[in-house]
This record gives sequence, C-alpha cells and structure tokens, in this order.
Amino acid sequence: MGYDKRVDGRRPDETRPIVAKAGIIKRADGSAMFRIGDTVAYAAVYGPRDLFPKFLQDPQRGILRCRYNMMPFSGAGDRVKPGGSRRSKEISMVTETALLPILNLEDFPNAVVDVFVELPQTDAGTRCAGICAAAIALADAGLSMKDLVAAVSVGKVDKMVVVDLNYAEESYENGDVADVPVAFIPRTGQLSLLQMDGLIDKESLKKALELGRQACSRIYDVQKAALKERFASAALVNGNNGAHGPVNGKGDSE
Amino acid sequence: MNELLKAHLSRWLGNGRRYDGRMLDVFRPVSVELGVTKNAEGSSRVRIGDTEVMAGVKLAVESPYPDTPKDGNLMVNVELLPLSSPDFEAGPPSEEAIEIARVVDRGIREAKTLDTKKLCIQEGEKVWAVMIDICTINSDGNLLDAAALAAVAALQDTRFPEYTGTSVNYKKLTDKRLPLVRAPISVTVFKLGDFLFVDPSVEEESIFDARLTVALTRDGKICAMQKGGSASLSIDEVGRMVDLAALKASELAGYLQGSNKLK
Repeated sequence: MGYDKRVDGRRPDETRPIVAKAGIIKRADGSAMFRIGDTVAYAAVYGPRDLFPKFLQDPQRGILRCRYNMMPFSGAGDRVKPGGSRRSKEISMVTETALLPILNLEDFPNAVVDVFVELPQTDAGTRCAGICAAAIALADAGLSMKDLVAAVSVGKVDKMVVVDLNYAEESYENGDVADVPVAFIPRTGQLSLLQMDGLIDKESLKKALELGRQACSRIYDVQKAALKERFASAALVNGNNGAHGPVNGKGDSE
Repeated sequence: MNELLKAHLSRWLGNGRRYDGRMLDVFRPVSVELGVTKNAEGSSRVRIGDTEVMAGVKLAVESPYPDTPKDGNLMVNVELLPLSSPDFEAGPPSEEAIEIARVVDRGIREAKTLDTKKLCIQEGEKVWAVMIDICTINSDGNLLDAAALAAVAALQDTRFPEYTGTSVNYKKLTDKRLPLVRAPISVTVFKLGDFLFVDPSVEEESIFDARLTVALTRDGKICAMQKGGSASLSIDEVGRMVDLAALKASELAGYLQGSNKLK
C-alpha cells in the first residue's frame, strides 16, 4: 500500500499540462497567462513608472512591487474574501524576492515596477504559477533582464518524491506530505524561491530539488516559446504590443 | 490637455462618427462565454471590444437577514483589479468599484432576477446566499455594462453544489439551477455637448459631460437607473437617453445564451 501511483497517473517527475501565453492584457505594459493543470495565473506589469508617495523612492535603483491575489471565486470551497490576507501578503513578498535577481533595477532609479498576479482558478501551486506568469510578463513589458524565472512545487507524498503537487496530493492523509515551492533562474541553476512545509528527509529533499531544477528547465522552454509566439504575432500587426504606447498605453486602434 | 481631447472628440462626434470609426449608437463587438472557471458554481467572461471582465458566483448556506427571514441573500461585489488598468490601485474598493457593484446589484434585485423565496431552506434559519464577484481583466471602457451582463450570464451558468443539510459539498455540483425569473440588461448612455453615445472608449469616458445608466427588463420595463457626471440633464434628454438604452438593451439581451432561460 502507500502512495505509489499518482492520483492523476503522472510520472513522479512529470508536471501537469502547461499552457503559457504572453500579451493577454492590452492596457498593461506587459502581461501573461500561465496555466498548469487546473491552476491558472494572470500577471500584468505596469512600469517602470513614477513611485508615490515620494519617500518610497530609491535614488539608486527602481523598486519592484508585487501583489498576489486570489479572485473571490477561484478557490475550491468557500468564497475567498477580497482585500488580502496574511497568506497573500507573504506570497506577494516571496514573489518579489523570487523575481528580484533577474531584474536590472538600477536602470531606473526612483521608479517602480508593479507586478500584479491574479488567480481566476486554483488547484495548488498558485505561487509558482504566479511567478512563472510574472516572469513572462516582465519580459513582455520589454524590461532589461538577466534571465527568466521558472517555478514549480516539488515534494514528497508518502514515499514518493514528486514534482508539481496538485491539491489532492497536497492534502494526502495516509502518510507524510512535503510541499516545497521552488523557483530557479535557469541559466545559473540558482534558487530564488525556496519554502517548505510538511515532513521530508534530507536525501529526498535533495532529490526533489534536482527534479525541480529539471522541471523548471522544461517550464523555461514553455515560457520562452510563449514570448517568441507573442513577438512573432506582434510583428505581423505592425509591432503593436501595447507596451510604451501613447496615452493609456493603447496601441490598438486598428 | 483634457480640453484639447474634448474638442477633438467632439469634432468627431459632430461628424456622426467616433474616434475609432464607430457610429455614436454602436457597441464594439460583444462576446459572452460561460463556465470559464472551475471552482465557481457559475461563471462568465464578457468582452466588449478590448474590455474584459470575469464574473463568478459562489453559493453558501447562511442565516437570512432579520427583515427577510424567507428570502435568500444576494451580494454583488466588483473588483477593479490593478492588473486591468494603470489607473486602478490595490487597496479598499474605490468609489467607482462601489458604484458599479451597487448599480449592477440594483438591476438584479429590482428586475427580480432571482426568486429569492425559493432560496429559503429553513425560514429564519438557513437560506442560500448568492455571491456574485466581478473582476476586471482589461479595462478599456464601459466596465459597467460589461459587469452587468457578466453578472446575469454567470447566474445563468450557476448550479447548486450538493447540500447535506449540515454542510455544502463544493466538489459535487448538482444539476439544479438557480430559480431565475427576469433578466436586467444595463446600458449606459453618455452625453457630450449635444451628442449621445454608448459604449465609450477610455478616452471618451475621460471627457463626457453626463451619463445615465438604465437597466431594463426584456419586456421593456425600466428597473434601475443611475445618473453620473458633472453636467445636468433636461427631461427631454433623459427621454432620449432612455429610448437609446432600450434599443441597445434588446440587442445585448441576445448575447445571453445560457440554458437557464430568463424572461
């Protein structure tokens, strides 16, 4: 007995099906949708733009501000009250630190880059999906970046080390479960997000992290493909990507 | 700057055309999708041009309000997400968000869209609460009409979860639909100078003189109104605005294709 076959039939190192699309919100300077299984994340980037109140400005570098939010109807179960929670605050913060290493914020002192992550539908792995979407959106906004960031949750369900736990796995009750959301900067192999809850042994953790690195490299390919597709189609409609447009960022009066 | 934009747009309106080539009384392309998110009991996505909103309905069992012990509860909330526009900020709901939510709510309440008596489980103790949340995805003008249409579409898409008598099992949706009666359709008519127009772009929304939102039932009854903007309106103008709204409402009603039919 025990957990030796995943509920949805995936291999231990297999993520759920992934779909990514860049440029889904025209009013934003950059945007993306990232879907992994039944978890869907939208991200929009605004900026670099003026930062108010002024005392928050940093004359040395720009500031990154992230906001993670679940839509009220996105969760399985009760309505999620709007207005943020301790949980969403913390996730906003770790999203910020996951993205910071890839940005060249010194390029725009005194300014702010706002990243808004919204989840219309959730089935575990939301912070990772949000980070994946946000990385694509930042690139879509045309910011100078060192790399993208790819994120996935890894962990252990009973005796099995797995990647991309879904809700059923996260809430498995007949054995220990460890949930370890990670984000990698693919070109350097460095981690920019690492959290964990549950119970896991050291050897399994190391194995999980390695599986996570491999999964993130596959996610990275999907992210890059989304951006390539975006700019291939943008070139067709006159380089019209809505970013840095005239008043209201509207470059879509065809 | 605003004055220049205003003069410019007025000149276009004078030619009977909008900045984007539309006639004054023409909506941008409208689309309504149902069942767009799995964890809501009902949901919809409405697009009007590049404006995009999502609506989701969550159901819960609550106690009724003391003054309506036999009626289910209805709540409409609008989230103007900062993701959808450079003008929206994170934080408590703005005046604009509250106004849209309340006008959408009034339309649904006054058209008697929901037969709230049928949402009663046990008088004075337990009733179904219907909570409609509308989230903006891309804000490109005319959010109010889009939000109102999305709310009704999401209600049409809604199915009850299983209720055991003590708890709600959200994992299991039944085939039971909401007790819907009559649909309200909201159309906002804008006035700039002597011109009336519908479905404004973001630019047009920044320079209008006055607006009037009219919610109508399909049999042509007016069920809610809201005047906005800094200019006043004459009785004659109100009459013309209501006439235009009624014409456009019957057009928009055609987009409500949910299988849970409404009058």
